Amino acid sequence: MTEAAVQAPHSEYGLWSWLTTVDAKRIGVLYGVTAGIFFLIGGVEALFMRTQLMYPDNTFLSADTFNGLFTVHGVTMIFLFLMPMNAAFFNFMIPLQIGARDVAFPRLNAFSYWVYLLGGLLLVSSFVVGAIPKVGWTGYSNLSSSFFTPGIATNFYVVGLLVLGTSSMAAAINFITTIINMRAPGMTPLRMPIFTWTALVTNFLLLLALPPIAVALGQVLFDRTFGTSLHVPSGGGSATLWQHLFWVFGHPEVYILILPPMGMVSDILPTFSRKPLFGFSAMVYATVAIGFLGFGVWAHHMFTVGMGAWGAAIFSAITMLIAIPTGVKIFNWIFTIIGGQFRMTTAALFAAAFIPLFTLAGLTGIMHSSPPIDWQHHDSYFVVAHFHYVLVAGSVVGIFGGIYYWFPKVTGRMLSETLGKLHFWTFMIGINLTFFPMHFLGVDGMPRRVYTYQTGFNFDTWNFWVTIGAYITGASMLILIFNIFKSLKSGAVAGPDPWDARTLEWSISSPPPEYNFVELPQVTARDDFWHRKYELKNFQPQPDNQQVHMPPPSYWPLITALGLGVFFTGFVFEWYVLPFIGAPITLIAVFCWSFEEFEM
Amino acid sequence: MSEASHEGGHHTSLGVDSRKLGMWIFLASECLLFGTLIFTFLLYRNKGIEEPNIPAEILDIPVTTASTFVLLMSSFSIVLALHAIQTGKIKSFQRWILTTAIGGIVFLGFQTYEFTEFVQGGLGLSTNVFGSSFFMLTGTHGFHVAIGVIWLLALYFSSLRGGLKVDGALKVDTMALYWHFVDIIWIVIFTVVYLFAVV
Ligand code: HEM
Ligand SMILES: [Cu+2]
Repeated sequence: MTEAAVQAPHSEYGLWSWLTTVDAKRIGVLYGVTAGIFFLIGGVEALFMRTQLMYPDNTFLSADTFNGLFTVHGVTMIFLFLMPMNAAFFNFMIPLQIGARDVAFPRLNAFSYWVYLLGGLLLVSSFVVGAIPKVGWTGYSNLSSSFFTPGIATNFYVVGLLVLGTSSMAAAINFITTIINMRAPGMTPLRMPIFTWTALVTNFLLLLALPPIAVALGQVLFDRTFGTSLHVPSGGGSATLWQHLFWVFGHPEVYILILPPMGMVSDILPTFSRKPLFGFSAMVYATVAIGFLGFGVWAHHMFTVGMGAWGAAIFSAITMLIAIPTGVKIFNWIFTIIGGQFRMTTAALFAAAFIPLFTLAGLTGIMHSSPPIDWQHHDSYFVVAHFHYVLVAGSVVGIFGGIYYWFPKVTGRMLSETLGKLHFWTFMIGINLTFFPMHFLGVDGMPRRVYTYQTGFNFDTWNFWVTIGAYITGASMLILIFNIFKSLKSGAVAGPDPWDARTLEWSISSPPPEYNFVELPQVTARDDFWHRKYELKNFQPQPDNQQVHMPPPSYWPLITALGLGVFFTGFVFEWYVLPFIGAPITLIAVFCWSFEEFEM
Repeated sequence: MSEASHEGGHHTSLGVDSRKLGMWIFLASECLLFGTLIFTFLLYRNKGIEEPNIPAEILDIPVTTASTFVLLMSSFSIVLALHAIQTGKIKSFQRWILTTAIGGIVFLGFQTYEFTEFVQGGLGLSTNVFGSSFFMLTGTHGFHVAIGVIWLLALYFSSLRGGLKVDGALKVDTMALYWHFVDIIWIVIFTVVYLFAVV
């Protein structure tokens, strides 16, 4: 069994097999590795910024470069690291957790990945050609007009996000269909693992939040390319339309970033507490409620624009409402740990640390929901502290938990626990030293998005320590990378169920065979695997059968994505022949795709 | 291949084919796409125009009513096409699917005529925000119709070559969903853009 467990799941491993793969697990690995590389790029950008801010009146970076760096850092971290990293987990884990052989649309899945990769390369190429976008990750309009940012730099932001949105949209349709329609017999909605639930809600948020921003980006592209004025006040356009459309997407987006890590934490804690998740259905309803409410609060990002007492009061109240389902989640996690037999593995540590760290992020969030407080904090380092607690101390910490938890499933090898704990503690020290003092800096009045500050404002000490914290965080990442490479080479063999876990993915070998399950599991309970192991005591490992019919590889997704890439690249560089080359390539590729022999 | 694994490949939880379900989900997002475009149009409906009643003067209601009628009829003909393929009447299917495609082409012809008229009358894409939001909204819809026409023709030619033997009814059913959606959205656009201008 252990021999089989480390066996490669595929006979073919050449480059071509990766370019044409339609296996969700391999696509998941592609997503994960690519997102990991972008995480490092975004991290280096952050370290550059922090080096500049270490001392007052520093001249390490120019104001212009700094503007470029915070823009690309934000865009990279959100669109090229966090969202695709979540997609990596969706790809690998959703089919396993619901007992399916693959996703509903394997080729569309490959297409999503290739479009993401091309979008990422497009954004990175702005460095190569020296035209880095400088409009912030929010790309506020007017600043994004060709009057204020002439040249092609802003095109990278506008078109890059359109490309990445296309990728996420295709992925959302795919994952929603998969979860709704590909569940194993007996896998009723309330028996689905909580990570799959958060994935479902997240993908619905993507599905419904991406169109408004796509339209807004299209309008800005038209403004810049064809001379319309939809977002240009001097030509009759509205100055706030962009803000509304951006945040109608932008607020659901923060749940898109945090819900999957919450799901990971909710799967990890029960395993390491040897106890079912406390309040499972309450957790599901809270997730769905957060998803709904998330669409009704966008204007809390716009309190300083001015919307009158009623508008501010309503958006403030709905924002505060979100604290209720969020609180439900926090108590559920705590009560999952209490009374269990908690095992201090690295995965469990990250998952447990998520609870207080995310609570802190949520508390400053509730503060912002009050307009008078928000007027004070807006565009200050307090906000930078808040959203980094959400994104780093929340999402990233949850994802690290997920990595330590599922790495054995994906690779068949264990990560080193010693290195893992070293990573955990250095990371905790690093991020808290980086982001906690930012609260003080913000309250003391340090504005966000400034490239330097003068001495004498009480900013010097904390900025110094914040930068030290950033270096510690960076060093801590090196431990994780070392751990991953070391384990891939010589890690202990994991076996199918190294953690004595509860959900279906642990009932098959590690790494799983291409077809996941020979026999589709017949699900009879929540945490079915645990139920069979300990309650029914009738767990049967899957038979060894290599004969399951799986969809053949296809290169059309890649070619379709390339066509789309050529099409959009034309709009970035303003070479308008490219769209005329890219469009027919895409069209022909879609044709060949749909007529390809592809039995599912 | 074991019996269980063969069944597994075709098992779906809802008993609906995933392609059709996927189309429903896609259309949900399309609602927001058009919703945002319509919202923008409503915002700019009376902006950047010298006199408030110009939309009423420039929009040609009778012509658009005719093109709307054609598009609605094509929704009817695709129902007939679907019925034909479900009952195995391939010849009748081919006739109705071609009728549907022609309906779409006629609609696009009307739209091209309308756009040219406007541009010649001095209302271009970037003349003012009314024009921009009008052209972007109706143009996006026209783009959807164009994609639909290509898709319909692909189904037609594919069936000529005997290509719809496997899952044919399902493929047409999925296409029909899309086509009905494009029609329904047009009714909304027709109401908001054209009829609102005269009331
Ligand atoms: C050690 C890790 C990190 C450090 C040291 C760091 C540091 C910074 C700094 C210095 C800024 C500029 C603040 C300003 O001038 O307004 C910034 C902005 C930002 N960061 Fe990070 N960051 C880190 C990780 C992340 C991660 C993991 C994410 C998201 C997943 C993220 C998301 C953002 C966003 C969205 C912005 C705002 C960009 C903008 O203003 O347009 N950061 N970060
Ligand atoms: Cu928000």
